[in-house]
Amino acid sequence: MRVLLPLSVAVPLVAAALLLAAPQSWVRRGFDAFAVAAAGSVMVICSVLLAGSTREPMVYWFGGWLPEGGVALGLVLVAEPIALALATLAAFLVTASLVYSWHFFDTTGNLFHVLMLVFLGAMIGFCLTGDFFSLFVFFELMSVAAFSLAGYKVEEEGSLQGALNFAVINSIGAFLVLSGIALVYGRTGALNLAQIGESLAGAPVDGLVITAFVFLIAGYFVKAAVVPFHFWLPDTYAAAPTPVCVLFAGIFNVLGLYAIARTYWTMFDGVLGAELVNLRTIMVGAGAVTAILGALMCWPQRHIKRLLGFSTVSHVGMFLIGLGLFSPVAFAGTIVYLMTDGLVRGSLFLCAGILLHRLRSVDELGCDGLGRSIPFTGILFLLGGLGLAGLPPFGTFVGRALIGEEAARLGFPWVTYLMVAVSVLTAAPVLRAGARVFWGFGPGADYNHRSEAEGDEEEPETTEAHETTPPLMWVTAAALLGVSLVAGLVPDLPVRLVPAAELFLDRGAYADLVLRGVTPHKLPLPPGAPLLEGAVTGVIAALAAVVAAAIGLWHAKLPASIRDSITRSLGPAFGGVRALHSGHVGDYVAWLTVGVAVLGGLLAATLG
Amino acid sequence: MSYLPFAVAAWLFAVGLYGIVTSRHLIHLVICLSVLQSSTYVLLLAIGYRTGASAPIFVEIPPGAPVVDPVVQALTLTNSVVAATVSALLLALAVQVHKKAGTFDPDELDILHG
Repeated sequence: MRVLLPLSVAVPLVAAALLLAAPQSWVRRGFDAFAVAAAGSVMVICSVLLAGSTREPMVYWFGGWLPEGGVALGLVLVAEPIALALATLAAFLVTASLVYSWHFFDTTGNLFHVLMLVFLGAMIGFCLTGDFFSLFVFFELMSVAAFSLAGYKVEEEGSLQGALNFAVINSIGAFLVLSGIALVYGRTGALNLAQIGESLAGAPVDGLVITAFVFLIAGYFVKAAVVPFHFWLPDTYAAAPTPVCVLFAGIFNVLGLYAIARTYWTMFDGVLGAELVNLRTIMVGAGAVTAILGALMCWPQRHIKRLLGFSTVSHVGMFLIGLGLFSPVAFAGTIVYLMTDGLVRGSLFLCAGILLHRLRSVDELGCDGLGRSIPFTGILFLLGGLGLAGLPPFGTFVGRALIGEEAARLGFPWVTYLMVAVSVLTAAPVLRAGARVFWGFGPGADYNHRSEAEGDEEEPETTEAHETTPPLMWVTAAALLGVSLVAGLVPDLPVRLVPAAELFLDRGAYADLVLRGVTPHKLPLPPGAPLLEGAVTGVIAALAAVVAAAIGLWHAKLPASIRDSITRSLGPAFGGVRALHSGHVGDYVAWLTVGVAVLGGLLAATLG
Repeated sequence: MSYLPFAVAAWLFAVGLYGIVTSRHLIHLVICLSVLQSSTYVLLLAIGYRTGASAPIFVEIPPGAPVVDPVVQALTLTNSVVAATVSALLLALAVQVHKKAGTFDPDELDILHG
């Protein structure tokens, strides 16, 4: 079992190398099949490890360099359930998008597959590593693969600019992380997460610790796309190839949040734990701002992939709230939420990809009614929209309910309302777009009212519009949606996750496991919490989203006085916020600088 | 141990950022990113530096003699490999952008907004 641990990272990387070495004369299907087989086997390895780790967490030391007396020199992979759940999700999504791209690209060659496998290997390594510098290396490997994948369509201007913005901003984020690692190493002389945690515990909270923490958190915020570090995301998502968007929306941002949790709970809990109340307020506040801004930006979008990009920003904000509550129950809820929600958003991206394949456009107004010929994709798309709203039995309602309950217990009763409002606001534009594109609801497109980002500027990934949609494409989209649905049907899913979350949040148990090889004793399952209330809220949210979507479609029928007052009151604010998303990399970096300064100021004021 | 290297690292970070924010040319922007990254080299090496210590090559020095920290040097080396990858990729993207858009000026690249 233990030997599977390094294999989970090695298999995708070796497979990528083999694929790169394969003769270019191979038929395209050979590359496809090999890549799918490799990613699929990684998924199997990760699920076996996940099952094993829920019984007994494991560690693997490379080269047998075991720690002596609490000092670790070797590199380590740690198998605990939360990390493996994310690794399994990553492998599942990569497998799904490779299956999806079977018919998606008309181009031949193996580079796309190679990059996808490298991306997968880096993501799994990032989840499992217990070493700070390996974390950085996997972070960078993952980023570089992601930059190349985002700019894969080198013939298209939008894709190139998106990739460029993405690469510049995320590289600066990575340098912030590296500076943080350097400062932590300077203080502790250690790179092993557990050993750093032991070394920092009980130390005074001084400038160096706070500076290091600010650099690390800011760097991870860039990857997670927390406001105001989020500007790269919509640009990149709008223009990246659809199979890649699935990975970005489903797992890439989420790993930034995972890194925050990992960094805090293995290393900084001992030194910053006394100031947890302040830290919680800052994190929940940052999450709330991100959730609201992302949701507001969703509404005016007509480019469907860009719309889904902003919904990702918004939902990342909600996950950050869950994570920032720093409690096991909220963390378990966050994990359920981000996994099921990521699958739903992935499925929505795949449906958008089917549109692109069929109609050569993902412009909501330009495609008005043109999707009538693919009603099944339309149904999947609408179901996805309802899943975003948290309609039971999609697993999204479970996660949202858990976070909301725990937030209320910790003194943030408004979080439930905020999360419901935000899910309604992100789901409604999706439902609106779906109803318009696939059924032609609403008045005809008003082309005098053109917004800036239109969906039809995008070159399709295939050379011409297709008459039919290959079954593999919608089967993949349906599979992602189905898994998210089934997750919500698993009875007492959160109850099963809480012990894993408690283990993740237990610095002592982690250090015992890594440094002393002590297996944590199994925690008893807590009594199941009734989720009826969350389910009712989910139904209400879904209904509200449908109503809001209808308003979006038929707003011309509202009385003129109401329309005018809405335009007058909200118009300038919308215009101002939209104008900030200028597509200019320099502006984005300026915002990043502001973000670091604000975060640093807040943390220094409250922790110091 | 003086604070000078840390001040240099902070300075490099700041000028790199300033250069990126105000850049009017994508190639210039990529170079500014490299300048910014070089601040991490300085920071890492400064952290491992010990006054009067020699390089961590244990062939010609007596056992127990002070040496500078080899770990941060290994980290710097890894970091510079990462930097080369990122720069190469960014330069390739910049050239491709120029081919398609006919300009290197970020101010004129504005098809992604709103």
